Order: sequence, then C-alpha cells, then structure tokens
Amino acid sequence: MTRPFPQRELWLVGILAFIGLVVLPCLNAFVPVDSAFHVSTFKLGLYGKYLCYAVLALGVNLLWGYTGILSLGQCLFFALGGYMLGMHLMLMIGNLGQYQKDIPDFMVFLEYETKYAATGGLPLHWIPFKSFGFAAAMVVIVPALVALVFGFLAFRSRIKGVYFSILSQALTYAACLMFFRNDFTFGGNNGLTDFKFILGHDLNSPTTKRVLFICSGLLLLGVYLFCRWLTATKFGLIQRAVRDSENRVLFSGYATAHFKLFVFVVAAIIAALGGALFVPQVGIINPSEMAPEKSLEAVVWVAVGGRGTLIGPILGAVGINWLKSYATHAYAEQWPYILGLLFVFVTLFMPKGIVGLPAQLVALKRRFFDRSKNEATSAAAGKIKSSQA
Amino acid sequence: MTQKNFILSLEGVSKSFDGFKAINDLNLYMDEGELRVIIGPNGAGKSTMLDLITGRTQPDRGRIEFGRDTDLTALNEYQINRLGIGRKFQTPSVYVDHTVFENIWLSLRGSRSLWNTLFSSLTPAQRERIHEVLTTIGLTDKADWKAGALAHGQKQWLEIGMLLAQDPKLLLVDEPAAGMTDEETAKTGELLMSLAGRHSIIVIEHDMVFVRQIARTVTVLHQGSVLCEGTVDEVQNNERVIEVYLGRKKKEKH
Repeated sequence: MTRPFPQRELWLVGILAFIGLVVLPCLNAFVPVDSAFHVSTFKLGLYGKYLCYAVLALGVNLLWGYTGILSLGQCLFFALGGYMLGMHLMLMIGNLGQYQKDIPDFMVFLEYETKYAATGGLPLHWIPFKSFGFAAAMVVIVPALVALVFGFLAFRSRIKGVYFSILSQALTYAACLMFFRNDFTFGGNNGLTDFKFILGHDLNSPTTKRVLFICSGLLLLGVYLFCRWLTATKFGLIQRAVRDSENRVLFSGYATAHFKLFVFVVAAIIAALGGALFVPQVGIINPSEMAPEKSLEAVVWVAVGGRGTLIGPILGAVGINWLKSYATHAYAEQWPYILGLLFVFVTLFMPKGIVGLPAQLVALKRRFFDRSKNEATSAAAGKIKSSQA
Repeated sequence: MTQKNFILSLEGVSKSFDGFKAINDLNLYMDEGELRVIIGPNGAGKSTMLDLITGRTQPDRGRIEFGRDTDLTALNEYQINRLGIGRKFQTPSVYVDHTVFENIWLSLRGSRSLWNTLFSSLTPAQRERIHEVLTTIGLTDKADWKAGALAHGQKQWLEIGMLLAQDPKLLLVDEPAAGMTDEETAKTGELLMSLAGRHSIIVIEHDMVFVRQIARTVTVLHQGSVLCEGTVDEVQNNERVIEVYLGRKKKEKH
C-alpha cells in the first residue's frame, strides 16, 4: 500500500526544485551584476551550504522523526564525508601551496617529509586519495562502517532513548578530539583547507561554484525522494511502529535491532553525502564540524521545521541557517540564546514545527469560534433567565 | 507425567531478581488447543512467567519447551515469536499512528526479513486475510481509523487481532479484560473461547467473573510456583487457595 503523493506537497517540491535548480543559477549566470535580481556567487555558495545542511537534516529526521532514535552525533558522519573528499582536494592542490611542495602544507609544517620519508612525506592512507573515484567511494564507505560498528554494538546491547543520545554525542566528541590532534594526520585543528581544484576545475570560478550549487540541489532532491519512497514502504511502517511501540514490533517477530541499524547506517550515508558537497563549497573542513553542538543544531532544525515530515527538516535547516547568517552579523553574541529560545518555544507550543503550523492555526481558529458561539448561546440563555425572573 | 502432546512445558524453572525468587521451581504443562487461565495474587510471578516463555528474560534454572523438542530458553523474542508464540501485553500496545488496517498488516504471518519489507507490496490474499481478522475482532468499520483514536476496549481487541494475524500456535494473553466495561469483558471472553481449540491460549486474569466465564482449567500461582490446578469451583474451594489468595484479598480490603 503506497501512499499517494499529496498534491500540495508535489507542487511545493516542484516549485522549490525549480527555484533552486533553475532560477537561482540563472539569476547568477545571466543577470548582470548591477541588476537588483542578480544573485552573487557568494550568496549562491551560502545557499549551497544551506542545501547541504538540509540533506543532513533529512538524515536526522529519518532517524529521529521516523524511527524515534535521537542521535546527537550525526555531524560526525557529515564531517567524515567532508574529510574524505577534503583529502582528495588537498592532494589536488599540487605544488601551489604556501611551501610549493607536492604534499599539503600542513604535512610540510609538521615535518612529514622526514616522518614519512619512504612515501615522499605522504602518510600511507593518504595515497589512494589521489583518485577522485576512491575518495568518492570512501565518502560513503567510511561513515557507513563507523555507523555500522557503533550501531551494531549499541542496538545489540539494546541501548535506547536518552542513553543512545548520550553515547552518540560521546562518539562525535571523541572523534572531534582525535581529529584535533596533529599526529592524527588530518591537519589537526586547522583541518583541511586552501583547496584549488575539483576534477580539474578551478574551485574559485563562478561556473564551478554554480555547478556545485546545482549538485547540492540535485542531491537534496534525490535524498528527499529516497526518504519519500522509504517511508512509504512497509519498511517505513515498521520504522514508525518501532518509534511508537518497539516491544510490540519485537514480539511480532521482527528483529528490531536490524531495522534500527539499517536506518542508522542510511542516515549516516545521507549525512556524509551532504558533508562531501559542503566542503568544496565552503572551502574548509576542520574538527569543529564534528563538535557536539553542531549535531545539536541539526536536531533543532528538524524540530523547528517539523519532525516526522519530509519537507519540514528542509524548511528548518534552510530557514534557521538563513536566520543565523543574518543574526550572527547583527547579534553575534546572542545567537546561541536565540537558537535555544527558538527550540524551547517550538517544543512547547509547536510540536509539529513549521509544517504543523497551518493545522494548528485552523484548530485555534475553530476553538476560538466555538468559544464565541458558546458565549453567545450562554449569554442568550442568561437573557432568557433574567427575563423570566 | 505421561508423554502427551504438550504444546508447552515448563520444568523446574526458577528465576530470581536481586535475590527475590520471582519464579521458584515452576512446573506447568499445557495440552494442545487448551485454554488455560492463570490466576494468583500480585507478585505471584504471572507476568514473569510470560517473560520467560517469550524470551524477554532467561531462567536461572529449568527447561521451557515448545512442542516436543524446541528449547525456548536459547532463543530471543523475535525467534520465539516466529515459532508461533504470540503475546498480548497488559497495557494495550498497538501502533497508535498507524491505521487499524496497517496494524494488522504488520502483524500478518509471513516473511519478517528487512529486504522483504522494502520491496514487497500487499497481495490480494493478504488483504482478504486482514479483513477476515478485522471481522473476527469486530473492527471492520474502523479499518481506516488511526489505532490511537480507538477506545480502550477496541485497542485491546485490536491487539488480540494482531496476534491472530500472526496465526500463532500459542497465544499468551495478559489481563485482557483490564479496564473494560462488563459488556466488553463478556465479548472478549467470547472471542477468546472461540479461538481455543484452533490455538492454545494462556490467559492471565484477575477478574473472577471473567475467569468463571472462560475457564476450563485454572492454575493458581503463588510465590513463583503452582499452588493448585483444577476447575474454577475446585480452585475456589481449595483451602490453601482461600488462605493465600482469597483470604489475603479480604485482608487487603481493610
């Protein structure tokens, strides 16, 4: 029993996809710079970043909104995806770095040339990343493996609810600390940066940036359609059944741990794909991307947009990041408080987030009308009584 | 015991939690097609017994066998379920966000593999079977309702329907009449009795009116082992039962 595509959502997605994939790139490419309608390459890069965050949010939602697993470590997978592509981009800088050597600058700075003399300064595991194909495969494989191992151990031991959340947060924090170390061979706290080329194209050229933006839009659309399909299958029904009554599912003969593990790995891959497209557009990946607060932010996007809906997380991710870009200019110091208050407000008063708002307003309106009607009738009743008296 | 076709046998089963003996050298045998009611004061070990049978906990000692030679103590919840043992929980646990129809669909007997759920769709035969179950539990006209919108009694029936859809050999039903009106209770009793014979059923219950309605054989549990077994009248007139169970109940009232 596949659920039909609701007409309204179809229109909304179609319009958003058209704006994202056609209108914005055209406004950037063909409208003169001095026109009011021109979208600057900088802006386009910013929007591309939001789209990658929206991909991450869809993954968080698949876990939290649909399966009831609140992972506070999804940015680990986002960052891992980013690092995998970042490694390739580092090697593509060639000898155009500060030190004009064949290996990335941080390796020269950390004296890898003597440490890894046999390979010309390159640590062994960096070598295959010269190939784009290998790096692209690793974008998927490495985060999926990490999720598989962590998820297997956690779900097999029946770690649930808040305990799982805390563990996932600890995982990303531990990874973050590890990546901060210089001897971990991923550039320490500076991370990977100063990228120049992707597949031979100049990363600073407006055309490359436009293509990357369109790729982000296509990825988001693809992940959206995938989530739409997955949640409409019998698997999707079981996902939500696990969320609402895991014991019932388990005692109905389903190995719930397998289902949860599958969703966890899929969500990790989705996050990693978002991260991989994020890095060339932002131009840097460092361990702060996997700091626990980043994953918390992603959860807030989903809550604000509307968890357990498909379009909500996208609206939440784009909306809040747009707000953040604005707010960190105007009220940089207050931003964490604004975000926190927003989360509290939404949790208390808008359980279905932005997506649930129309229905909430309709319900509110109905209640208001009913009350005024009741007041009218009771007032009328009062009149009759007083006239009888 | 002579070798009969037991569907379930527990022999010398013990289980303690932090030194408290929840189940103490329990022996229980059930014939195929039997409807067995289990009563006993609070803490007698009734729910723990169900936990042991369904693999939620493992016994410290003893054997639990299903059919002639399947050892249940080595299996986990979903494996035990797949053998044909269905369990209804004390508080109705249905999928509140799914329709009544979908609740039954997910419970329907058949493949439980992950890949199957990704790529299979509902067959006409399955649809027919779902409607059959809905007719049995009297929820045909509510097929498209969200389960969360059902009344308490209807949720209980839905969960029984979910068990039926699994077509289990053995049904374990924990306090099905809890929180039901008298009329609903009577209807539940009829439903369970109509299922006996085709399925073997264990019912745990407190409500003695309900027990009298459905019971052929009653087993009384006390402090984790069987105190006595017999018809409702035999059990109610048993002195030890009166002492530990009915007597205590009187005391509690004061």
